[in-house]
Amino acid sequence: MLCKYSCRSDEHVLARRQFLGQMMAGSAAALGGLSLFAQPGSTAQLNKDQKRIVVFNMHGGLSQLESWDPKPGTNTGGPFRAIPTSVPGVHICELLPMTAQQMHHLSIVRSVNTAENDHGKGAYMMLTGRRQTPASNFPVLGAVAAKALTPSDSPLPGHIMIPGGSGHSAYLGPKYSSVSLNGNPPPNIERLSNVELQADFARQEIRRKLNERFSSQRRSALTDAYTYSFEQAQQLMERKDIFDVSKEPASEQERYGASELGKHCLLARRLLENGITFVQVSHSNYDTHNENFDFHLEQLGEVDRAFSTFVADLAERGMLESTLIIMLSEFGRTPNINVYYGRDHWGTAWSVLLGGCGIQPGAVIGKTNENGTAVVDRQVDHGHLFHTYLKAVGVDSSGSFDIGGRDVPLADPAYSPIQELLA
Amino acid sequence: MMNDAAADAATGEPKADPAQTHVAVQWETPSPLVSCRFDPTGKYVVVGGEDYTLQRWDLASGTAVSFKGPHDSWIRSLGFSPDGQTLYSGGYDGRLVWWPLAAEAPEPIRAVQAHDSWLRSLSVSPDGSKIATCGNDRLVKVWNAADGSLIRELTGHEHYVYTTLFHPNGEILLSGDLKGVVKQWNVADGGHARDFAAAPLYFANGAGQGVDYGGVRALSISPDGKSLAAGGLHKATNPLGAVNEPLVILFNWEKGEVVRSHVTEGVNGMSWRLVHHPDGYLISGTGGSSGGWIMFFKPDQDREFFRFQMPNTVRDMDLHPDGIQIATAHYDRHVRISRMIPKPA
Repeated sequence: MLCKYSCRSDEHVLARRQFLGQMMAGSAAALGGLSLFAQPGSTAQLNKDQKRIVVFNMHGGLSQLESWDPKPGTNTGGPFRAIPTSVPGVHICELLPMTAQQMHHLSIVRSVNTAENDHGKGAYMMLTGRRQTPASNFPVLGAVAAKALTPSDSPLPGHIMIPGGSGHSAYLGPKYSSVSLNGNPPPNIERLSNVELQADFARQEIRRKLNERFSSQRRSALTDAYTYSFEQAQQLMERKDIFDVSKEPASEQERYGASELGKHCLLARRLLENGITFVQVSHSNYDTHNENFDFHLEQLGEVDRAFSTFVADLAERGMLESTLIIMLSEFGRTPNINVYYGRDHWGTAWSVLLGGCGIQPGAVIGKTNENGTAVVDRQVDHGHLFHTYLKAVGVDSSGSFDIGGRDVPLADPAYSPIQELLA
Repeated sequence: MMNDAAADAATGEPKADPAQTHVAVQWETPSPLVSCRFDPTGKYVVVGGEDYTLQRWDLASGTAVSFKGPHDSWIRSLGFSPDGQTLYSGGYDGRLVWWPLAAEAPEPIRAVQAHDSWLRSLSVSPDGSKIATCGNDRLVKVWNAADGSLIRELTGHEHYVYTTLFHPNGEILLSGDLKGVVKQWNVADGGHARDFAAAPLYFANGAGQGVDYGGVRALSISPDGKSLAAGGLHKATNPLGAVNEPLVILFNWEKGEVVRSHVTEGVNGMSWRLVHHPDGYLISGTGGSSGGWIMFFKPDQDREFFRFQMPNTVRDMDLHPDGIQIATAHYDRHVRISRMIPKPA
């Protein structure tokens, strides 16, 4: 029987998790069924077989001109120069010198035209592959990936966002909503020191029995969500170390840099290594209507070291073949430099970076004109990209989810993958 | 016709009166402008644009000559030898370039890679023997103006160094950074003498937007040497959206203490350039979301005693050696020459 959800809002799901986070302090780590979820030995096999996705969400709108599609010396170019990369003939902005040396693992789509300049709508489109409408809500890529790629017996959440946010799962259900991390272990993950193990065990048993009795008569999506979250909390408590980036050697932390982003990238690597299906790392803030160049200098300085180290590590550890890397924003920024040395919202001609699993390395797809004001070759949008992400990790993007007996397409059927970008 | 009240009683020369400021002439350039300076002889104004080039405008004839050369980024800082023979340009490509100012077709004399990343500001010593530069590599460097050799490298700033200025005595160098720290250096030995704390000009993680913002954008020393002005912005409630107000902090030179904050109510923007007029008041070139303004401050008053609105935002400003003309560089591709004397009938 299909549960009817009383509330699908992100706020509700987030509140649920916050509520449970607070309650976890009183939960025990000794549920009888817990051992079924905690199987560290399976991690190696997961690493080998499981496809994973990591998204770097450059919140606010990364400038394509200060990153993947520089236009130096033109009326829109700004003050930064273009530098060569490890792929002959491919140049990127000088703000990314270390990333430039990893470009043979990565590919650029320079011809994205989403025709959307609103933050919320742009983000929705880029993360769901669909345009937002009042009549429908679609799951984000993280939720789709978690459902499509995470083994059913995985002891870990399949959809993690760093450093937080709300990755909505829509009709896929709250199981696939995001779990938020900030670089530290989840809060309240330790059993309270003044609660004995046996007492805690007894308390959990009471909770389970009460829950089962309640669910037998009044089961709802909400109670399912509570139950799942409690069980997941127990699993997290068992595997809490994988969320603790401080467990990484100091030398590793130094390689990624002292910035928050460095910490988050190292955590992302740690999570992916341990079998998490989908990790989204967000970095703020690129909404640079003012002083675009100073702010990109600051932000991309952090990105360059952390991201390039991340890519190099995945390559060195043999994880690129199974991990799709995506760097996206809700849109790009205007070629026109405004009166405040800023760039404004621009969904008309901008870039997305991909690499790793299923992606042809070192490719440049599409082209913008001389000063970046228009796409002149191989125009694509959020729909094409979403199909490409799924196809790259081996998911048939033309397939459907069975949602209560109804086929719901994984991706917008009006689009198809960017075939020439696929390996 | 000159107003009698605006003429110097001894010389009969026109006397600057900020209240009479008006735009006397404007010239259109190929691209939005990012810098401007008058040469010491007062014959030219040189401007830098977003197209990586310089233009020399002859004030008398209104004709322009373009300088094209080794810069491949914006040229945000300009300076001159005291005799006006040589122009120095500093770019966001980190290069410092020497030019023959008055040449018919100027070709660069010399170029050095002065800084990694942006060269943000330069200042020429009063005797013309040295050029100081600063940049994003957090360094201040002193160069031999005669041969381009590096004399000294000054370390100690913890963030980007936005501006540098020689003291009129030539023995002291100042440099101001993003964090609102103004360092005083001894030119002779490179020793660090003291810091001026201009922290109100800095916003770490401004308004929670995850960006560092503000900084010491301008410095000026009063003609009597008793005060130092540091300009920039404050009230940065939305750094990414250019919501901030200009602020000038006035220090007592001897004690190094803040004696006054020059604020400008009702104007969003930043003080991009400060110049003391020989008569003692301070001129601030201000630009931002409230457009372009020239503000005039007296050292004993918090608020400006006169403000003049320009037709477009101001990105740089300079005072002519005659003390009457003000040049402003604008986003709308114009360099404007304003005069602080009555407008001709």
